[in-house]
Amino acid sequence: MALTEYRYSDVIHRCFRCGYCKFPTSFIEVNNCPAYARYRLESYSTGGRLWLIRAWLNDELDWSEHLGEIVYSCAACKNCAEQCPLPFSDDIVDMIVAAKGAMVERGSVPSAVKEFLENVDRQGNPYGTARSKRGEWMEGTGIQEYDGQEFLYYVGCVGSYDTRAQQVARALGRVLQKGGVSFGVLGDRENCDGNDVGKLGEEGLFEALAEENIRQFKDLGVSKIVTLSPHAFNAIKNDYPRLDGTFEVRHYSQLLRDLVRAGKLDVSSGFKAKVTYHDPCFLGRWNAEYEAPRDVLRAVPGVELVEMERHRADALCCGGGGGNFYTDFLGGSEDSPSRIRVRDACATGASIVATACPNCLTMLEDAVKAEGLDDRLKVMDISEIVGEACQARGS
Amino acid sequence: MYELRFDERKCLGCQTCDCLTKCQYMDIDVETAKTEMRKIINGEDSFVLRQCVTCYACEEYCKKGNHPFYLIVERQEELDIPPLPRPLIKQGVQMGVPWRGELVVQDVQEPFLDMCMFPQLAGSIQGKLFDSVSIAPTDARQRAHFFCQLMYLHYARSSVIRERLPQVIENIARHNVKEVICFHDECYGTFASYAPAFGIEVPFKPVHFFEYLYNRLVDLKDDIKPLNLKVAYQRPCSSRLSSDKLHLVDDIFDLIGVESVEREYVGENALCCAGAIRMQKYEGRYELADDVLRRNIEDMVRAGTQFCVFNCPACFDSIGHVVARSGMNPIFMGDLCRLAVG
Amino acid sequence: MDSICQSLAEIVGEGHVSNRPEELYIYSRDLGTAEPHLPRYVVAPRTTEEVQQVVKLANREKIPVVPLGGGLTLAGLVMPLRGGIVLDMKRMDSILEVNERARYALVEAGVSQGKLVAYLNTHHPTLVHSEPGAPGQATVAGNVAIHGQGDLAQPYGFNSDMVNGLEVVLPTGEVCRIGSCSLAQQWFTQHPLPDLGLFLGWCGTTGVITKVSLRLFPRKRIRDMGMFVLEDGDLVPDILYRISHTEMAGDLIAWSQELPVTVSGLHNISIFISGDSEEELELKRKLIRVGILGEYIHSGVGGLVGLSANVRPRLPRRPPVSTIQDIKKGGGFEYVGAIMPVDTYPECCRRGAEISARHNIAYTLLGRVIGRSHAMMFSWSYVFNRADEDSVREAREALYESDDLALELGGIPWKPGVYGQQAVMERMDPNTLSLMKKVKKLLDPNGIMNPGNWEVS
Repeated sequence: MALTEYRYSDVIHRCFRCGYCKFPTSFIEVNNCPAYARYRLESYSTGGRLWLIRAWLNDELDWSEHLGEIVYSCAACKNCAEQCPLPFSDDIVDMIVAAKGAMVERGSVPSAVKEFLENVDRQGNPYGTARSKRGEWMEGTGIQEYDGQEFLYYVGCVGSYDTRAQQVARALGRVLQKGGVSFGVLGDRENCDGNDVGKLGEEGLFEALAEENIRQFKDLGVSKIVTLSPHAFNAIKNDYPRLDGTFEVRHYSQLLRDLVRAGKLDVSSGFKAKVTYHDPCFLGRWNAEYEAPRDVLRAVPGVELVEMERHRADALCCGGGGGNFYTDFLGGSEDSPSRIRVRDACATGASIVATACPNCLTMLEDAVKAEGLDDRLKVMDISEIVGEACQARGS
Repeated sequence: MYELRFDERKCLGCQTCDCLTKCQYMDIDVETAKTEMRKIINGEDSFVLRQCVTCYACEEYCKKGNHPFYLIVERQEELDIPPLPRPLIKQGVQMGVPWRGELVVQDVQEPFLDMCMFPQLAGSIQGKLFDSVSIAPTDARQRAHFFCQLMYLHYARSSVIRERLPQVIENIARHNVKEVICFHDECYGTFASYAPAFGIEVPFKPVHFFEYLYNRLVDLKDDIKPLNLKVAYQRPCSSRLSSDKLHLVDDIFDLIGVESVEREYVGENALCCAGAIRMQKYEGRYELADDVLRRNIEDMVRAGTQFCVFNCPACFDSIGHVVARSGMNPIFMGDLCRLAVG
Repeated sequence: MDSICQSLAEIVGEGHVSNRPEELYIYSRDLGTAEPHLPRYVVAPRTTEEVQQVVKLANREKIPVVPLGGGLTLAGLVMPLRGGIVLDMKRMDSILEVNERARYALVEAGVSQGKLVAYLNTHHPTLVHSEPGAPGQATVAGNVAIHGQGDLAQPYGFNSDMVNGLEVVLPTGEVCRIGSCSLAQQWFTQHPLPDLGLFLGWCGTTGVITKVSLRLFPRKRIRDMGMFVLEDGDLVPDILYRISHTEMAGDLIAWSQELPVTVSGLHNISIFISGDSEEELELKRKLIRVGILGEYIHSGVGGLVGLSANVRPRLPRRPPVSTIQDIKKGGGFEYVGAIMPVDTYPECCRRGAEISARHNIAYTLLGRVIGRSHAMMFSWSYVFNRADEDSVREAREALYESDDLALELGGIPWKPGVYGQQAVMERMDPNTLSLMKKVKKLLDPNGIMNPGNWEVS
């Protein structure tokens, strides 16, 4: 694809590299772009990335594995879009995704990305683990397969296959059961939602996945979906409709809030801890949902909710987006965004950092270990906290 | 080409000279008023031309509909006695120049709401009250094409109004609507008062925003939950050009279950926001603006006002924060009505 | 990786050095109109010791070193004109100390303006530094290194006048401390020690600044502002002089722009004040509004918006957020700033508007008062479309003309690019030039520090 064919050819040169994209609103730290935080070289900032993309499309730079890594190190966290003061700010992440698409088209992608996409294509998940094992997480839970219940509980790839995230998938299932929610899961019939595939620039594969999912959901008569992961929430809410797939979709934190408010979920046993909440990008900046998870936490007796300095729209991404939970372009350093984030969490004095995303959960847990903070900070999903609060007194 | 349709015989034969004797800012007896009006009619200088703070009220006071305020502004311009410093006049006049592209005629149906210079307030035009309303402009870059121009009465630049208004009217008319609801009181005043006073044809019927609100509230009567609030209406200067519509304020308040507080500065005696007064060049105008504002706010507070209700975005911008820091809630009338119907 | 790259990696860690095309590309390019110049290596150190080792290696190998902060001078000062190492200082971004009683902040060279503003807001709300108005990633050290000015310029002068001390790595690799810190005391003053001001204004050509102790000032609780509008630019110098006499104002900026149309053909004076109480503010407002501006208002030549307890001020964010770079939808913007006598404001505007018109760029002119009208920083700004070579060329030519204009009107281009530097040096006293050359030779015998800039031939 030449620059003239690139969808944003009339916009990409407008980046001035002023650097607002590196900061949160308060300017308290310059490392609010996860890739720039990790590498602290201008090439990895959003502005640097856009200039490099333009240079590549303009044949001023040849493709290299390093260029691929720079472009794919973007976690699609949207801090840049949030902070850029210019009229095209909403398009910034799309510009980078479009460049990734150009790389996919040319067959020039880093090997880890290639692996991710091939695994999804073959086995419906980035890990490459057999489809037949996708439903194993639900064994022994009593959770039913979807067969016309009110909600389809869509688990997603991370929740289905990652051993730690499977615990969360089960925890949420139990909470939904306790709340009397009528729901079912797809088990090994479930396929990748495609969110991260799209953000990796493989639009063709994304559409194929989405269309297949839409067909499946419609055939099963699904109208309401509750997702474990904000990534799936984002794809189903924002991208599926243009492929004729419109469903009433909620992230689980929104459903839990409704259940607690309606008195259908008894959390009176409480959970005594100082908790700080990490805003997942695909729930927060992508979908402006900052309050539902907090409302759920605040409703649990004993939870003392404290905020990190960078929270809500200013949250520092864990670095797991854009496929990076698998490709790991942002790992391996004390400057990795996930490690910075757990240090932020520790600084609040909280003993728990709560998440509402299985990607964030796994990224932050690994970071706690790497930082040697195991004895001071625990990472828990909100569903696990709520689960404990429903636990005693036979609730 | 357009001239003020002013009948000097009505003025010269007037025994009360209400336009000047009722002025809230000048202490003038009838004889002095007659003398000064004669000078003004004759195109001569008069202290009135300097002491006028451009509150528009004399347009209402004149029971003969003879447009004394428009005449004052004409003379201020002819004699080069503008109330504002020249740089502010230049800035103000330039503000109304469309420079962000040609007019884009929008696809609208009636009921059609003209937002004038305030498309940024379109967020208030939603919900049951407005569910079938089309608005224009929706793009802030288009707003100068819809700008009613009337604010130049504060600038002694009636000529600018006459120069630009016909095109603005044409811009609106190109949307093929028979009736135009005017979001801002000033637009209504432009089409219903100023244009006819100068013989400028208006090919559509201007509808006062409060008239639309009232009629719509009547339609939605069963949905109204009385708000049970004590409110004061901040009457804008342009309301003086449509005093026949002022009753709609209380009519709306009655429908939505709010009580208009008993206060001194209400109706004909209302105080403007003084935003224009503050910018004027004459000595003491800054302090006068502060004084007008102080009296207005104290009056509202004394009367137990909970919500101060606005029509005019300029008033809101000018004194909304002062209202808030005085312990009252500033709110637009449309938003208050939306609260009542849900 | 060649052997030098390997040596650099051993100093800073492999992840913090690059000689790959992508980094070389990015670091070869300035945000302004300057032509690109490729470095050989990009290095991002974390400590003074790492800087020291890099500089020693560069000296041994005779490789140029160009320190880089935020890269927002826009004049090409941080581009490697002769290749070599670009030293990205931004990893050194710790705020080391804020001494409230002595009112100073000790920061590493890579601390950004934005971070310092945020840090003081949160932890030391009674203190403030002179914030220059560039995007927040501009560095404190970079700003003092170029004699920058900020929003406390009118009361307190240049930001470089607010330096209590420096830590620098000399081109030959020694680490020096300038000021009271050289006695291992607090970093609270440079005086009364012999003046070693060899690093400010030198734009990284005499060493690498690694730490700055910067004076802080009282931060008042409430800010207010007014805008005084004039048609006649000839009135501006007198008004600025008289306002600065009151000693009541903070930042004082006179500006004139062609766009938006609302402000075209006018001159505006932005007057900022602050106070700890409404009474304090009201006194300041009255002294300025009534005492100084009143006569201009009453004669109708000036109009005031704001400076009232009853008018909501439109205060810019701190640090401010700029969108000027997108005016031509081209992502490009550069300006000539010059330190000018305040009295030259009208002529700077008139001639600046002519230059802009000649190059098809809407004029954008601004003068920030420094000290009590001792001088002003006047800027002629030119936006351009980075994707259009003609647009870039027009802007570049306008910038050169503006450099010449500044000198013609008796001022001095501030942080000029090579063109402006040459123009300044051509007019400089020969003995002064000679002294500059001696200083440079003494400190940098191998000529490795940012060569090509401020080179006395």
